[in-house]
Parts: sequence; C-alpha cells; structure tokens
Amino acid sequence: MKSFLMRSYTFLIFFFLYAPILVLMLFSFNESKSRGHWGGFTLKWYVELFQDSQIVSALYYTVTIAIIASIVATIIGTLAAIGLTNMRGLPKVITLNLTYLPLLSPDIVMGISLMLLFIFVKLNLGFLTMLLAHITFSLPFVIFSVLPKLRQISEDTYNAALDLGATPFEAYKKVILPQISPGIVTGFLLAFTMSIDDFVVSFFTTGSGVSNLAISIYSMARRGINPKINALLTLMFICIMLLLVFVNYRMSKEDNKERRVDN
Amino acid sequence: MKKRVVRSLVIGALLVGLLGIVGCGGSGKEKLYVYNWGDYIDESVIKEFEKEYDVDVIYELFATNEEMYLKIKAGTAKYDVAIPSDYMITKMLNEDLLHKIDLNNIPNYAGIDDRFKNLSFDPNNEFSVPYMWGTVGIIYNKTMVQEPVDSWDILWDDKYAKQILMLDSQRDSIAVALKKLGYSLNSRSEKELEEAKELLIKQKPLAYVGDEVKDKMIGNEAALAVVWSGDAVYMKRENPDLEYVIPKEGSNIWYDSMVIPKTSQNKELAEKFIDFMCREDIAYKNADYIGYSTPHREVMEMLPQELVSDPAYYPAEGDLANSEVFIDLTDVLSIYDRIWTEVKSQ
Amino acid sequence: MKRKFLTTPYMLWMLIFTIIPLILVFYFSFFESGPDGIKFTTEYIERVFEPIYLKVIFRSFALAVISTIFCLVLGYPMAMILASRELKRRDFLIVLFVVPMWMNFLARTYAWMTLLENNGIINQILMALSLPTISILYTDKAVILGMVYNFLPFMVLPIYSVLSKIDRSIIEAAEDLGANPLRTFFKVIFPLSLPGVLSGIIMVFMPAVTTFVISRLLGGGQYMLIGNLIEQQFLTTGDWGFGSSLSLILMLILLLTMGIMSKTDKDREGGRFF
Repeated sequence: MKSFLMRSYTFLIFFFLYAPILVLMLFSFNESKSRGHWGGFTLKWYVELFQDSQIVSALYYTVTIAIIASIVATIIGTLAAIGLTNMRGLPKVITLNLTYLPLLSPDIVMGISLMLLFIFVKLNLGFLTMLLAHITFSLPFVIFSVLPKLRQISEDTYNAALDLGATPFEAYKKVILPQISPGIVTGFLLAFTMSIDDFVVSFFTTGSGVSNLAISIYSMARRGINPKINALLTLMFICIMLLLVFVNYRMSKEDNKERRVDN
Repeated sequence: MKKRVVRSLVIGALLVGLLGIVGCGGSGKEKLYVYNWGDYIDESVIKEFEKEYDVDVIYELFATNEEMYLKIKAGTAKYDVAIPSDYMITKMLNEDLLHKIDLNNIPNYAGIDDRFKNLSFDPNNEFSVPYMWGTVGIIYNKTMVQEPVDSWDILWDDKYAKQILMLDSQRDSIAVALKKLGYSLNSRSEKELEEAKELLIKQKPLAYVGDEVKDKMIGNEAALAVVWSGDAVYMKRENPDLEYVIPKEGSNIWYDSMVIPKTSQNKELAEKFIDFMCREDIAYKNADYIGYSTPHREVMEMLPQELVSDPAYYPAEGDLANSEVFIDLTDVLSIYDRIWTEVKSQ
Repeated sequence: MKRKFLTTPYMLWMLIFTIIPLILVFYFSFFESGPDGIKFTTEYIERVFEPIYLKVIFRSFALAVISTIFCLVLGYPMAMILASRELKRRDFLIVLFVVPMWMNFLARTYAWMTLLENNGIINQILMALSLPTISILYTDKAVILGMVYNFLPFMVLPIYSVLSKIDRSIIEAAEDLGANPLRTFFKVIFPLSLPGVLSGIIMVFMPAVTTFVISRLLGGGQYMLIGNLIEQQFLTTGDWGFGSSLSLILMLILLLTMGIMSKTDKDREGGRFF
C-alpha cells in the first residue's frame, strides 16, 4: 500500500515535470510554424536546425559554460561552506548575508552591474566574462545545498577521525566529504541548472560573438520562437536521456561486480 | 568508477573551456560585428557575405531595442552594424552614438523606394538605411467578429470581453489608447496621457496583454488582437479566418533600419555590408524568409502579387494618412512608465 | 578547528563580483549627476514608498509566499520518497528530476500555455471525457503554477540531501518507544530535516520574489511584479536611480525576512558540530 502510494505520487510529480517537455517535443514535428495549430508531420525543422550555425555555436557555448561554471562553483562553494560552519558570531552573519545577495538581487541589476564592472576593469566581454558571471550566481546554490549537510554531521565524527590518527585533511577527505556528498551533487546539479538557462545576466556580460541558447531564444521573442528551437531541445533531451541510461547501466553493472566480489 | 567519471568530466570540461577561450582568437580575417534581432535574417545571407568579401561576420542577437541600446551605449563591444527601430535611432542620434553613413558607398541604396527616404527620424538620410517596415493594426477572427472592424473602439466592446489581446509594451498599448482618443501617439501632454490611462484601466477587464499573440490568434483562442503587420500576414496564412485592418483613427508605422554605431572600428566594411543587404537578390532573400514588408522597390515587384496588393502588407500612402512614426520620448518616459504601472497594478 | 581559510577564495570572489556591484547599486540610488555635478539625493528612495509601488512589492511577496508553500507541501513528500532506502536507482531519479529544467525556460513556458489554453490540450482531454473544462491561463493560479513548476527542484533537492543521511536508528528508536508514524514524523524526522527545508525555502522564495518572466507570460500581463518594475526602470525608462532604489529596498526586506527566519532557527544550532 505504502509503496503503491509512493509510486503514484512519484509518477504524478514526474508527469507534472515532463508534460511540457512532451508538448515541446511534439511540436518540433509540426509542419506549421505556429503552435496554434497542427499542420501535419514534418522533419524540416531538424534540417533547418543543422543549417543554422548561430544556434550550433550557441549550443556549444551554453554547454561549455554550464559545465565549467558549475564545476568551479561547486569547488569554491563547498570549501566556503566548510569554512563557514567553522565561523561564529559576526563574521558568520556577514558571510551568510553576502551569500544571499546574488539570490536576491534581480537578474537585471546583477547583469548590468557586472557589465559595468567588466568594462571598468577593461575586460573584453566574451567567454570569460560570461563564465565569471555564471559562477557568481551559481555559488549560493552550491553553498545552500552543502551547508545543511554539514550541520547534520556530529562533531564526534571528525574528532574520532583525528583520534584515530588522521590528519585534518584526511579527516575531511575520508570522513566528512563522503558524508556531505549528496549535498555537493545537489549543489552541482542546481548550479548547472541555473547556468544552462540564464538569459538576462548572460546577455549583459557577453560579447565578441559568444552567445548562449537562452540569448538566441529570447531574442526571437518578438517574432515568435522558431520551431527549430523545439527540434534542438528535443535532440538535447534525447541525448541527455541516452547518456543517463548509459551511465546508469554502467554503474549498475559495476555495482553487481562489486557485490559478487563481496560475496 | 564514479570517481573516474567525475575526473574525466572535469578534465574534459576544462580542456574544452580552454579551447573556447583560445578559439576566440580565431582566424586572421577581417571581422564584422553585426547586431540584430533574433530570427530576423536569412542566415545564408551572412555566409554569402563572408565568402564574397573574405571576412568573418560575428553575428550577435538582442531581444529589445532597449537592451541593444544599453550595450552599445556602454561600449561593450565593437558592433559595426546594428538594426534598431525608428525611435531608438533618434535616441541614439541624440546621444551621438551613430556614425554618418556615406551613401556614395551604398550604390544599392538607389533601390529603396522614395517613400522610405527622408523619414522623420533621419530627415536627410544620413544615418540609417531602412531594412524592414510595417504598421500596427487589429487582427480579428471573422468567425467571431461579424461586424466590420475599422476603429480602435472595438477593443473596448464588452461583447468581446476576455477575447482581446493587447501588446505587452507600454509604448504600444498607450499609443493605441491615445489614437482612439484622437491624440498623437507621441503625446507629451499629461492631460492626454491621463485620459489614455483611464481608458486602459477601463479596458483591463476585457483584455489580456501578452507576447504570444500570434499563436493565440492562429489557434482561435481570441477574437481580436493588436499586432504588427508583418506578423499579420503570417497569421492570415496559417488561419484564413483572420483579417487585418489599420484603424481609421490612424496607427503607428514603424521602421527597422541599419545603422553604424560609433563603436564600429571598421566603417568601410560596415558600409559594404549595408550595401550588400540592399542588393536586390539579398534583400529578396531576407524579405522572403522574414515575411515582413521590404522597403526595396524591385524586391516588392519580385514578391507574389497577392502579397504586395494586400493593403495590410503594403498599405498605400493614402491608407496611412493619420498614422505616425514613434519619436523618442526619453524626457517624458517616466510619465509613460507610471501610467503603465498604474494600469498593470490595478 | 581553524578551517576558516577555506572561505578565502569565496570571500575574494564575492568581494569582487558582488560587493562592488552592490556599491554601484548604492551609488545609483543615492546620487544623481545633474548639470552642476554629482549630488546626494533621497528622492529615489522616497519614491519607492509611494502606495502604488508598495502595492506591487506586497503582491510580489504574496505570490512568492504562496508558491514557496506549494513547493514545500508538494516537494517534501517527493524528497522523502527520493531519500527512502527502498528506492533503487536513486541517483538516476535525482538527475531525472532536474533534467526538465535544462530545457529552455521560455520554450517550456510556451508549452505550458499550449496545455492550459481554452482550446489547449488539457481542455481537449477534459472535453473528450465530458468533464468541465478549466480556464486558468492569465490568472494568479497560472502564475503560481509556473513558479511551482520552475522552482520545485530547488526545494526538493536540499531536503532530499538532508533526509538521505538521517540516522535510521533515531527513527527506529522513536518507533520502538511507541510513537505512531505521524508523531515520529513531526517530532523526529521533520525537525531533523529543518536545515534542508530552510535552504529550500531560501532558494525558492528569493528567486520567486524577483522573477518577472513567469508573471509576464502566464499572467497575461495582468500583474505587475517587483522584478517586472525593476526591469522596466533599467530598460524602458532608463531611470537607473529608481530601479536601483527599488532593488535596494527589496534586498533589505528580504534580508530582514531571512534574519528573522534564521533567528528562529538558531536555537537548534547549539550542541552541533560546527
């Protein structure tokens, strides 16, 4: 009974999350340019997609920046979270509030002020500036994912490791890090999610022909989104799914092997 | 296993990133920076230009005039050619952000119809070359609206409550109200604007404001909508029940024109690009792909007859007697903004 | 336990990329450059407190609070399921949970419109089943739906990560002592998961207050929210002073809210590790 309830709830939530994605994929095969009516089946948007070098390069930058930004943010953010839990009193309050800032400043304010900053230090707007901006707004998501995990760990765990002769570094690596890993993974995923879909901050911090998908898509808003975007997202979605299934398959195979060895 | 995956991912990402940074250095060819709206050019045209002139075109996109303006004003990059709309050209001119264009270097400018020369925002054709143009009007669904539509008044008719769509832009929506009242859509009078505000507040229970007007009208989701003419043509093709009119009180005529911002470091090449865009075959390709009205005389003749004779698409000058072009209202924009905020937060 | 230096890279980062921009916001809020040089002004800040703008701020907060509550109520059970031990392929499911968010936001929101419209897919299905149709597009409900849809993972993931490592023996002890499942949940599990809940609330509530795209698309422009208003000041009106002042006040209110929340949370900080 309980597992039935759990399963139906999971199904419902996932249906809620994926329903729009299914619609989007469906309309990538729509002959009509408008999602207002169904004009018959076509693959022409896929053909047009690959002829559009603008979109292909935007896709490249989107993915590259998302991966690098989320990795860097995860490293800096995790270290900061560990340090933060060692702080007390005023410094802690200040650091925490500092961490809120990127979350609560509206995108446009962050975008424009970062743009002014980059111009002021004479940094050429482009790949690097956009990357720096993405790391900045991803950081709080990492910190707020890792922080609650750290607060869960009892002080004794760390001390026990030290008593058993571990150096502080080893204690962190062998004891603390595995404990907080779900938080780190969560933080990475959220940072990646923030980066891959950002428009406003990216727009103001990029230049020199470096663009991301969000910019390409929002800039179509006035004229309506071209269905080749749907085609692109469909392909992206399928690739991600294939990758996931593949990794999942490899890991469960690995697990089985380990289990066999254990036995 | 997990660790290995993570490690190779990190290394791979950093390598790719490095490539990305280095890759920007790229080829030693001359570069042309073009700044345009999304989906507002036939992409093959860019490649053709690159081949013909042996240069690299760095093509960037913006979503609104205002965003483009901010980036050019801030001097973020060396944009050589941009395509803003009329009122924004005035604003950029007033702030000395535009280079003069030497028409001697644009022989294909001769192809532009005289109607589109000496426009109010550039009276001596010194700073801009028209790219696309159009009007704002009402599109309606003939199966839902039986009476003849010829006036903005119908957008205030209770009969069509919740079936009216307005543009999600303060300037455009206030312009509709001003025109209905018989005022200029470039009004600076607080009294007139106050009246327009009351009118829009009255309309609020009847109408929605949205970006996605086109799909809604095509999908028979609404009866009436305020739209740009170029979009109207496309909508009529997708849904034959739709009809477009320019109300008799007059409306807004708009132009998107090519300009050379002061950020340009290669004015010569920029002029070559503008000339290229005005060439008959290229202008035809763009007009055909985008579907908006072209200011190019010969291209108009190359387009299908039923399009060009459609007054929605190519209205005669007479049809536009009461219509106006937006002018830059920077000094009174705060009044517009306040009105819009009051309307929206009602 | 001197591990404070670990925050150094972060502090440096934030100093450059957050504090300096913040100083800019302060500058634009309080100084204006006129013909006779730069002078101090409180005019912009005063304008924020006009009733019409307060109304906009209030409305944004109200919508954000409602969306956050929905996210919590819908997300908590989901986080529990993800954290439950019986679950196979947990990592796989967790990634699946965020994948939809990697598809472009605008495209997803338009897809929602296709679903929700009067002749939309949902209503077509309802009609086929001869059920009454719904009409929620362009209402508060649609905006809340959009926010919940977009922010749900930001609530679920931090709660999940905390729940996943709660010591099983504590829960078992409570059960052995005769607590029923409901009591176990409210007395043991929920309090232990509070740090995760707090993180989730922060990551949902704050972006929800400042968002403007969702309200613009799904709300049919019927609602002006604070994010919208600020965007308008920077782009359309070009009134950076007022835009900065609005965001400054907004930040202040949000920080105060957070301050109060973490105060109530402080009591449990005692006896813990760090």
